[in-house]
Amino acid sequence: MDVNETACEVEARPPNETADDVVLDVNDLVVHYVLEKETVEAVNGVSLRLKKGETLGLVGETGAGKTSTALSILNLVQTPPGVIKNGSISVCGQEVLTMTAKQLEKIRGKDVSMIFQDPMTSLNPVISVGEQIAESIRNHETVNTAEAFEKAGDMLELVGIPRARAFEYPHQFSGGMKQRVVIAIALACNPKVLLADEPTSALDVTIQAQVLDLMHDLKEKMGTALLMITHDLGVVAKVCDRVAIMYAGRIVEYGTLTDIFNNTMHPYTEGLFNSLPDAKGRKGKLIPIPGLMPDPTKLPSGCAFQPRCRYAVESCKDEQTVREVSGTHTLLCSRYDDPGFSIDMKKSGG
Amino acid sequence: MSDLRKSETVAEESQYKKRSQMLDIWHSLRRNKGALLGIIILGMLFIILIVTLFMPYEMVLRMNPFHRYTPPNWQYPFGTDFMGRNQFHRVLFGTRYSLAIGFGSAGLGALVGVTLGAFAGYFGKLTDEIIMRFSDILASIPGIILGMVIVSALGNSLRNVIIAVGVASIPFFIRISRASILTVRNQEFVEAAHAIGMSHFRIIFRHVLPNGLSPIIVMFSVILGMSIITAASLSFLGWGIPAPAPEWGTMMNVGRVDMLNAPFLMTFPGIFIMITVLAFNLIGDGLRDALDPKLKK
Amino acid sequence: MIRFILKRILLLIPVIIGVSFIVFALLEAAPGDVADAIIARAGEVTAEDIEAIRAAHNLDRSMFYRYGVYMLNLIQGDLGISDITGLSVWNTFMQRLPNTLLLSFSALIIGMAVAVPMGIIAARNAGKLSDNFASIFTLVGMSMPVFWIGLILIQVFSGNLGILPVAGFDHGWRSLILPAICSGLSLTASTARQTRSSMLEVLKSDYLRTARAKGTSEDMVIRKHALSNAWIPIITAAGSSLCAQLAGSVVVESVFAWPGIGRLAAEAVFARDTTTVMGTIILTTVLYVLVQLLVDVLYAFIDPRIKSQYMNTSKKKKKTGMEKEAAAA
Repeated sequence: MDVNETACEVEARPPNETADDVVLDVNDLVVHYVLEKETVEAVNGVSLRLKKGETLGLVGETGAGKTSTALSILNLVQTPPGVIKNGSISVCGQEVLTMTAKQLEKIRGKDVSMIFQDPMTSLNPVISVGEQIAESIRNHETVNTAEAFEKAGDMLELVGIPRARAFEYPHQFSGGMKQRVVIAIALACNPKVLLADEPTSALDVTIQAQVLDLMHDLKEKMGTALLMITHDLGVVAKVCDRVAIMYAGRIVEYGTLTDIFNNTMHPYTEGLFNSLPDAKGRKGKLIPIPGLMPDPTKLPSGCAFQPRCRYAVESCKDEQTVREVSGTHTLLCSRYDDPGFSIDMKKSGG
Repeated sequence: MSDLRKSETVAEESQYKKRSQMLDIWHSLRRNKGALLGIIILGMLFIILIVTLFMPYEMVLRMNPFHRYTPPNWQYPFGTDFMGRNQFHRVLFGTRYSLAIGFGSAGLGALVGVTLGAFAGYFGKLTDEIIMRFSDILASIPGIILGMVIVSALGNSLRNVIIAVGVASIPFFIRISRASILTVRNQEFVEAAHAIGMSHFRIIFRHVLPNGLSPIIVMFSVILGMSIITAASLSFLGWGIPAPAPEWGTMMNVGRVDMLNAPFLMTFPGIFIMITVLAFNLIGDGLRDALDPKLKK
Repeated sequence: MIRFILKRILLLIPVIIGVSFIVFALLEAAPGDVADAIIARAGEVTAEDIEAIRAAHNLDRSMFYRYGVYMLNLIQGDLGISDITGLSVWNTFMQRLPNTLLLSFSALIIGMAVAVPMGIIAARNAGKLSDNFASIFTLVGMSMPVFWIGLILIQVFSGNLGILPVAGFDHGWRSLILPAICSGLSLTASTARQTRSSMLEVLKSDYLRTARAKGTSEDMVIRKHALSNAWIPIITAAGSSLCAQLAGSVVVESVFAWPGIGRLAAEAVFARDTTTVMGTIILTTVLYVLVQLLVDVLYAFIDPRIKSQYMNTSKKKKKTGMEKEAAAA
C-alpha cells in the first residue's frame, strides 16, 4: 500500500502502531530568526510524531520555541527574519516545507489548522465572526456564500455560541467567546491535525476549563490529532496522551503521560513539577527553578539547561545525544551515562 | 549634608541620562541613511548661510543690462534674470530667508502651541475645552488664506511672514503636545511631584513635557519643512517678502512671467526649496524612527 | 449616530464665531478701510461722498459695533454684498464652489488611485527596492511646493509639448487635466506615506496569521483582511487632504487661473474686499468642518467598533428607560 496516499484516509486501524497512522511527522526542525545584529536560535532540532486521534502536549516556558515549531508546521514562520534552516515536516505524508504557496493554501485549514494564543488579537476586528468562519469553509469546499454561512452557523453552535450571533463582530464577544470562535474557525473544515498554541492561557481560570472540555469533546467527535502547546502541566494531565518537554528549542524529554508524570527523568521536567503548587498536600513547598531561560541568541554549549541544573557536571557542556529509556520514552541528558544517576524529585528540599 | 549629596548625585545621574539619550538619538540618526543625507544637506545650507552672511548684500542687487536672461553658464551658473542679476548669488543669499522663516515660524508655533497644548492636557476640563476650541478655530481657517490676511493686516516683511506662517502651525503643536502630555500626566512621578508640593508650572515644564517630548520634536521637524513651503507659496502669490529680496518663492513669482523663454529662473529656486524641505522631512523621519520605541527592532 | 452628527454641527457655531471674529479683527487691523478701497476704484469723489460711504459702513462706530452688525446679518443668512464688485457674496461663492469641488474630487480620485496601491506595494516590500523607490518619490513629492509642480506641468505639457491649455477654464475637460494632476500629485505623496505606515502596522497583526492559517490566499489576505483594517488611517489622510484641497486650493487655483473659491478668497484679500473675504472664509470653514464630519461618519461604516460606539450612547439611554419601566411594573 502506498503510504503517502492513504495516510489521511479515515479508516479504522488496529491499535498497533503503523506508519499509516502518522498524520504529523516533524524531523530535526531548526528555526532561527536572523536579526540585524544577532541570530535567535528558537528551534534547534525538534522531532515530533503525532498519530491520528492522539493528543501530544508540547510543554515549555515562554520562549522555548513552541510557537515557532507550530508555525513551521503551517509554514507560517515570518521570513524575514525567520529562517527554517533544517528539517522536514510532513502532514499526512505531504512535505510542507517544500510546498508552493498554492499547495500550502490547500492544506492550511483543511489538513492542519491552528488555534492561536491570544483570542483578543487573532480575530479580524472589522469582519463578522460568521464570515471569518465561512471564509475557511469557502477556502476548502465548493460551497456558495449562503451555504458557507449556514455551515459557519453550525460551527458556532458546535462551540456553544448561538447561531444568531454570526453577524456580530469580535468586539461584541468576551474573551472566552472569542476563543470559541477561533476554535470554530480552526475546526471548520474538520482538519486532521490541530495545533493549539496555549489556547487557554489568555482566559480566566473558569473559562479555561470550559474551553479545554470543549476542545476535548470536539477532538473525540472529529478524530482530530491535537498538538497542545502549553506551559501548564495541569492542562497536559487533563488532555494529553503523550508529552514532549521543550527547553531552549530542544525536546529534552518525550514520552507517554505516565512516562513523564510517573517516571520523570530529566532534571528540567523535575524542575517543572517541583514548581507546581500541590493541591492535595498543601504543605509542599514550591521549589522554583533557579535562574532564567538562556538568551536564545547566546545558548550555552552542550545541554542548554546545564547552567540552571543542580545535577550539572562538566560533561554536560558536551554535545548531548538522545537516549532511549524505553520504547516510548526518550531523554536528552548525558548525566544518565552514569548508571547510578537518578533525580530525587523534591527530596532535596531546595 | 548627606541629603544634599544624594540630590547632587541624582542631578548628575539625570544629566548623564539626558546626555546619553541625546547620544542615543544621534547614533540612530547617523545609522539612518536618509537622516544622514538630511543632516548633510542642512549642514551645507548652514555653510552657505554663514558664507553669504559675510558677503556684501549688494551682490544680489547688482544689475547687468548686457547680460539679461543669460542661460546657466560658467560665469552665471544659475543664469541671469530680466535685469541681468546673477541668479546664483540670489539663490544662495535666499538661504537666509527660508531658514529664518522655517526656524522662526516653527519656533513661534511650537512656543505658543506646546505651551497651550501642555496646559490643555495637564489641567483638562474647562482649560482643555477652551484651548481645544481655539485650536479648532485656527485649524479650520486655511493656512494660506490666514497667512494672506495676516500679512495684509501687518504688512509685507520677513517678521510678518514668520508670524503669519507660525500662527497657522499653532494648532498642530497644540494637538500633538496635548496628546503627548495626556499619556504622561497620570504616571506616578507626576503624582510624586505633586506630593512634594511642586508648582503646576514646574511640574509641567520640568517633569511632564520632557517625558513627552519625542512626538513634539518629530512634529517640529515636519512643520519646519511645511512652513518653508507655505512661506514660499505666500511669496509666490505676492504676499511674502517683497520683490527685490532674493527670497526663493518671490524669485519664482518674478520668474514666472518668463517661464517659457527662461525656465531656469524658476528651476534653481525651486530645487533649493525642495532640497531644504527634503532635508527637514528626512530628519523628521529619522527622528521618528529613532524616538519611537515601537519601531525599534 | 444622528445625535453625534447634530452635536458636531452645533459645535460649528463657536468655530464660526471664532473664525469670523479673528478674520474680522485682522481685516480691521489692515491699513486703510473699505472707504479707501472704494474711493481708490471710483476715482473722483467729493468729501460728501466719502462721508456717506463712511456712514453707510458704520466706519465712525467701533469695530465691535460693526462686527455685531455683521453677525446679526449672518444669523439671518445674509453674507452681504461686496463693496467692490457689487455682487452678493453667497451667489459668488456658490457660483465658484462647483469648480473647486470638481477640481478637488478629480484630484482626490487621481491621488487615491496612485497612492493606495503604491503604499500597499511599498509596505509589502518594506526595505526592498520598490519601497525605497516609493519613499523617495513621496519624500520628494512632499518637499516640492505645489506651485512649482504646477509650473513644471505647464512648462512641459503646454510649453514644450503644446498639447494642453496653459491655464483657465475655457477648454472643457482639457483645462481640468493639469490642475487635477497637480493637486493629485501633492495628495498622492502624503496619502501614500499614510497607506504604507498603516499597512505596515496591520501587516504585523495576528489576525492576518489567522487568515493565512485557514488557507486564505495571500492576495485575499491583503485585499480583504489587511486593507479593511488599514482603511481608517488612509481615509483620515485622504479626508484631511481633501479638506486641504477644498480650503487651501488657493495656490493651485492661482497657478492655473482656475475660478474656484480659493482664488476668490485670494482675489478678495488682494482687493481689500472685506465682505467677500469674510463670507468666503466662513463658508470655507463650514465646508471644512462638514468634510471632516463626513470622514468621521465614514469610519462608522468601515469599522464596526466605532459604529457600536455611536450606537451605544443612544442604546444605553433606551435601556435605562426600559429598566425604569420594568421596575415601575
